[in-house]
Amino acid sequence: MASAILRESTIMKIHYGTALAAVALVAVHVLMRLTSGGFAESLEYETVLANYRFLPYALMLEIILVLLSIHGFNGLRVILLELRQGPRYEKAVSYGCVAAMFALIAYGSRTIIMTNMGMV
Amino acid sequence: MASVDQEEGNAGVEAGTDSQGRYDGAGSDSGARAAADGNRAGIGGMANPGKYGIERVAYWLMRLTGLGLLAYFIGHIYETSSILQGKMGWDEFLAITQTTEGHILLAIVIGMCVFHTVNGIRVMLGHGGVGVGRAARPDYPYVPASQNYRHKLGIYTAIVLAAIAMMYGLAVMFGV
Amino acid sequence: MALQAASGPAPAQRPGTQRSITLRIARSNPAHDRSTVGFDDFEVPYEKWTTVLDAILEVKKRLDHSVAVRYSCRQATCGSCGMMINGRPGLACFTKIDELNSSVVTVEPLQNFPVIRDLAVGFDSLFENHREVKPYLDRDDTELDNIADGELKEYPQSPEELEQYIQFANCIKCGLCNAACPTMATDSSFLGPQALAQAYRYVGDSRDRGKDSRLKVIDDSHGIWRCHFAGSCSQVCPKGVDPAMGIQMLRGYMLGFGGGSSGNNQK
Repeated sequence: MASAILRESTIMKIHYGTALAAVALVAVHVLMRLTSGGFAESLEYETVLANYRFLPYALMLEIILVLLSIHGFNGLRVILLELRQGPRYEKAVSYGCVAAMFALIAYGSRTIIMTNMGMV
Repeated sequence: MASVDQEEGNAGVEAGTDSQGRYDGAGSDSGARAAADGNRAGIGGMANPGKYGIERVAYWLMRLTGLGLLAYFIGHIYETSSILQGKMGWDEFLAITQTTEGHILLAIVIGMCVFHTVNGIRVMLGHGGVGVGRAARPDYPYVPASQNYRHKLGIYTAIVLAAIAMMYGLAVMFGV
Repeated sequence: MALQAASGPAPAQRPGTQRSITLRIARSNPAHDRSTVGFDDFEVPYEKWTTVLDAILEVKKRLDHSVAVRYSCRQATCGSCGMMINGRPGLACFTKIDELNSSVVTVEPLQNFPVIRDLAVGFDSLFENHREVKPYLDRDDTELDNIADGELKEYPQSPEELEQYIQFANCIKCGLCNAACPTMATDSSFLGPQALAQAYRYVGDSRDRGKDSRLKVIDDSHGIWRCHFAGSCSQVCPKGVDPAMGIQMLRGYMLGFGGGSSGNNQK
């Protein structure tokens, strides 16, 4: 179980930390949509591609991906742990959320890395 | 402080004379737990915003917006992966989101995001013991110091800011 | 007082002399039949000072002696008569019918506790969780160790240090906070606001030396972090304990925001 590896206080400190960091970075991400010549233009293929190929921005996207995945799936774990109890269920929820978190990070990273490296 | 044993002893159950089966008190733990679960308020009782004020509404909204944002985040990661299919793939996916329904959905996501952020900061401060009042001898009618105007104001601010952000988002997306 | 079962014939009553309400009492006996929960209605006259417990006891005395209810002090001190009153946890002896502003008063057993019968619930889990947070001063030395020249010494404490925790020492273990808590509504393993507030009561006590061992108990996947500061516990507390405040101050201490006793002597 995740909580057997990390103390619950440590997990929750990570939960709060990822939230605060994500707020700042997502704000930058959203502002980029509004300042890149308008909302519709910012979503055009060429603009988005240019964004991905700009390394600092790609790095920021990767960090947002990791932060929100950790925060989101830990939040889901907390809600699910409170809904039902039992050692097998709790173990399944904790491992399931960690697995889903890694899967989402891997899937999102694939998009960021391949686009940034010009493999599109 | 009185021990719990003394209190258990003081409080006997006043049962009627036709009582047949009495609770065995220290009976089997699993039996007691199953009986407790039978009387547990459940998800309906967890929500119950009518009986406990705006703080309970905020608690429930925080959960709903959290789940909604996680669902959107997963969808967003999938949506943006369409860029790997080149311009055709990206434009095809973009066309799906650039509809009235897509814009309304995105406006709801904006609202959820703003509420979750602002209320999350309030809750985080509360969890740190900030703005929950000071311990003091309580006086009747025992108004709880932790349920103070600062936190209520934080909740209403989160709701109002979420509404404003949604309206701004709609204005931008529909090009008003 | 004139009473009648709601379904029975109305007694002769002078008009305008006495007000009455319908008291709906939840009836169940899980020891015999777990699935059946019914309500019995009783027409009960009341005065300005009549409490919900008074009304229930009048029903027991005159109409249906089989109603099961737990009570003792009748003055909000023993914490025995907690129940759901019109859907909200309250002490029956501390809730006046007049203040409910309702012609129908529904009383049910406290939520999140196992029902023994009718309005009586089992408090085993409440007491068990309370014991788990070590609700006593935890220190290696005792007052006896301080005996010098045959004189018993006390643990000194300033009035300011007393103020840190005295509010939380008012807990009467009535279980209302646990019944109102949204986490307890679904989480059977959660320690609950009563136990967590009591953990702060001792962590905040400058005489205590058992912080580390106590914090270890509550730093669990069903411990203090499952409180989401909905504050319902504080809203229903009949003694002004404000468990939500205690829990947040305790968590603040664990997060390094301060709180806890000024003594801060750890084991």
